[in-house]
Amino acid sequence: MIYTKVFTLPPFNEAEIRRYAGIGRETLDAQSVEDCLSQCMNETKDIFQGTVCYVTVPIRVCGDEVDLQFAKVKSKALAKNLSGCEKAVVFAATAGIQIDRLIVKYQKKSISKALFMQAIGAERVESLCDVFCDWLKEEGEKQKNYLRPRFSPGYGDLPLEFQKDMVKVLDCTKKIGVSLNESLLMTPSKSVTAIVGMGKLPCEENKLPGKGCDSCSKRDCDYRKVK
Amino acid sequence: MDIREELKNGRFYLDGGMGTMLYEKGLQSGERPEEWNLSHPEIITQIHKSYFDAGSNLVCANTFGANLFSYDREKLEEIVTAAIVCAKKAAALSDTPQKKYVALDMGPLGRLLKPYGTLDFEDAVSMFATTVQIGVKQGVDVIVIETMNDSYETKAAVLAAKENSDLPVFVTNAYGEDGKLMTGASPLAMLAMLEGLGVDAIGVNCSLGPKQLMGVVKELLQHASVPVIAKPNAGLPKNDGVRTYYDVDPKEFSVDMAEMAEEGVCILGGCCGTTPQYIKAMVQATRDIALKEITEKKETLVSSYTHAVVFGNKPILIGERINPTGKKRFKQALQEQDMDYILNEGLNQEEKGVQILDVNVGLPGIDEGAMMEKTVCELQAVTALPLQIDTSNMEAMEKALRIYNGKAMINSVNGKQEVMEQVFPLVKKYGGLVVALTLDEDGIPTTAEKRIEIAKKIIKVAGEYGISTKDLIFDTLCMSVSADVTAPMETLKALHYIKEEMKLPTVLGVSNISFGLPRRDIINSNFFAFALEEGLSAGIINPYALDMQKAYHSYLLLHNLDENCDGYIEFATNCPDEVATVKKAENKKEGSEGTLTPLQTAVVKGLKEKAGNLCAELLANKDALAIVNEEIVPALDIVGKGFENKTMFLPQLLMSAEAAKAAFENIKAAILKSGASQEMKSKFVIATVKGDIHDIGKNIVKVLLENYGFDVIDLGKDVSPEDVVEAVLSEEAPMCGLSALMTTTVPAMEETIVQLKEKAPQCKIIVGGAVLNREYAARIGADYYSKDAMETVRYAIEYEERK
Repeated sequence: MIYTKVFTLPPFNEAEIRRYAGIGRETLDAQSVEDCLSQCMNETKDIFQGTVCYVTVPIRVCGDEVDLQFAKVKSKALAKNLSGCEKAVVFAATAGIQIDRLIVKYQKKSISKALFMQAIGAERVESLCDVFCDWLKEEGEKQKNYLRPRFSPGYGDLPLEFQKDMVKVLDCTKKIGVSLNESLLMTPSKSVTAIVGMGKLPCEENKLPGKGCDSCSKRDCDYRKVK
Repeated sequence: MDIREELKNGRFYLDGGMGTMLYEKGLQSGERPEEWNLSHPEIITQIHKSYFDAGSNLVCANTFGANLFSYDREKLEEIVTAAIVCAKKAAALSDTPQKKYVALDMGPLGRLLKPYGTLDFEDAVSMFATTVQIGVKQGVDVIVIETMNDSYETKAAVLAAKENSDLPVFVTNAYGEDGKLMTGASPLAMLAMLEGLGVDAIGVNCSLGPKQLMGVVKELLQHASVPVIAKPNAGLPKNDGVRTYYDVDPKEFSVDMAEMAEEGVCILGGCCGTTPQYIKAMVQATRDIALKEITEKKETLVSSYTHAVVFGNKPILIGERINPTGKKRFKQALQEQDMDYILNEGLNQEEKGVQILDVNVGLPGIDEGAMMEKTVCELQAVTALPLQIDTSNMEAMEKALRIYNGKAMINSVNGKQEVMEQVFPLVKKYGGLVVALTLDEDGIPTTAEKRIEIAKKIIKVAGEYGISTKDLIFDTLCMSVSADVTAPMETLKALHYIKEEMKLPTVLGVSNISFGLPRRDIINSNFFAFALEEGLSAGIINPYALDMQKAYHSYLLLHNLDENCDGYIEFATNCPDEVATVKKAENKKEGSEGTLTPLQTAVVKGLKEKAGNLCAELLANKDALAIVNEEIVPALDIVGKGFENKTMFLPQLLMSAEAAKAAFENIKAAILKSGASQEMKSKFVIATVKGDIHDIGKNIVKVLLENYGFDVIDLGKDVSPEDVVEAVLSEEAPMCGLSALMTTTVPAMEETIVQLKEKAPQCKIIVGGAVLNREYAARIGADYYSKDAMETVRYAIEYEERK
């Protein structure tokens, strides 16, 4: 059964927005840029509605292959992430299409605002995933299920193509209006698909597979989180 | 009997969930339900029969996900045919007494349409058309378009149904908890568009339970002139740790549905989670509730993909600035297909508070049809304001109405027989609110009485085409007072009569009144105020004209149309007064930094407005080219270097680019005025490759290249290799920039490079994008890899110097 859930999002994480916009933690000696960012945050503060659809599936990890019942996929990284899990939540989350409209609009009107809108959208959908996973964690722990960090197609060696199977099993278009084009781009653009493993034992901190940037091998990425 | 007749006789029942039943029978998650039409036809027939047995009048054949994305033409025909055969067989097998019908069921294609997705509107229409043709061949009774969460895709499906059949069409949309579609449309916006397209019944299905959908249903009932459909889920799915279930049981569902019936819903059914039990309970609970009469609503509406604009007591402002008449700069933009300029004309008017944008792109020597289509497409990507399609070119009008995502305003029809014969069929097919000019074969009558007569003639002819008077808005024609001093009062007399006696909406292109006179602003704003007083429903005006805004806001306030005076106070607080403007100008002299001139400082600091103003001032006594070379380019260099040295960041670079752009806009206008030709650097074709729809990186490069004087030909996103080659060849561009964001779209980039190397080998290819690097770019044959926008600029400048 596919469930759909709407979440209220927490306040903006400005540090993350700045990171996505490429201005990092520096305080800029440019009031106009700071003003532009606050205008963008102000304009978007009420436009987001986080929607998630998800299913729970039994899984089996066999070597590098993960059997998620609806599909099998070969991925060392995912296999590692899911080791010790007997089920997983597969989900798709979207911050909605409103932000796409603003990004398109500002590319015509003010390219710097478009850049900030892009950054805000990225931050919002990540926040949504966090909120959803926090909720899953709480629900899961009631039944003594412990979560692994979420894992998305494109992380490590999990192929982007796997999104096709995920979108299909989640009936995303119908449930939350997310669709995938032939190039595997999602619309609305600020959407994410991911897999969250659930095991009977909590994962030991030091054995945790990497989360977010840590799981990615592209070390020279401009957006990489600095520890 | 035709279903349309049946609907007048009594309540009409649809079926319940199909997927729900199939999962119970063993359908696996991820498996396509419609394949069971071939593999398990007896089960499909059995499910349909159980709905007929429960009291359904209409079952939807199991074709929801059957389209050309999922199957090839042949397989699609097989699946749809089998589905309809099953449904018809079920109707024959069931022996309950009600009349039984079978629908072709069409759900979303699973791809989002342009501009946010990659699916072309016409492609969507033709994909739906294929399914419709098969359904018609198999003899279905009605076409049901359901669970649509995008207004644009809904329109594509309706057009396909209407163009390929004469069958009744029912449409239900999936509304979210916020009462809107996923892509933002309100129920009223959907209603305006769908009634305009001639849909026979409209409503809601899926997504939520009956209680949560009640608000949307009530809104539809209040405004609809056609029967309303409600087909909710059995509440929301829940899991108690053991089993999964929907949280509304058949009893509760039937009580909720009875409430909907009481409210006036005519067509009832169920969606996910509902079973024959639910339908049976619902039929029993609602059978004896009297049918409410459906009345023709008199409201005049237009809509965009998000909202409807109602022509009621509060006058509407229509922005007139997207129009080349008398505007050199706009004409140039049309000739050069400078879409950014045109779009900004729309966005700026939106900021000034207009509720509808007039779109006129007619200019001798350009293909108006193509230009209109492009402008409407691009405008509706950036603004949610409804559009007024302003053209006398019927090809342009039809193209625009077809691809418009909503119910448009149409400018215009008049009392000439020939014009009515051309315009009314388009209005009937696509929907729309038409501006009716009160003139005819004999020209513009001098008296109000004659104009009123023409208005009545137009109403009569429109009626013969099946167009309701609420979809006509009358323009009693504003003529220049300097040509005929009696004209203004006749115009207002006719306006008053149409509005107050005939109770129909009115519109005027106000600015004509002052043609040929000095200080036109004085006359325009006062005449506008008079017209409002006589009952003007909408004014086509220049929203940048402060006096017009003053008249409008005063009117709203004084007529109690501005609650708490909020609108007026906001306007007045931001309204510049003459004294303050002078002071500001004096202050402007300050603010230069170190060795920088004021204009340079404004560019470096990214102050758009200031840079524009300072440049305009400088132009009074300095040569345009000197300003570019001595002021703007050095400032851009400072920022560019700062970015390269990492002392400045991308947003700063972009804000400076925008400030420079504002300055350039003044330079352009000055050059245009002087009649000199603009000197441009090399042409640079730029595109995001096929399949890729994220183009912010490409647009950043574009803005910077333009700053440095390159003639950028922007092909947009999702551009096929062939289109890139064609542009490079036809423009004879020596450089071409390609962008790709995803590993999955790099092959399209490679293919574009292969074709360019073959057909335009002299063109230098520069590539960029998140997934590329220098080695990879070299491997796919690019001449240069740029890690960021400034590198592309540097490359282009070097090329220019080598030339």
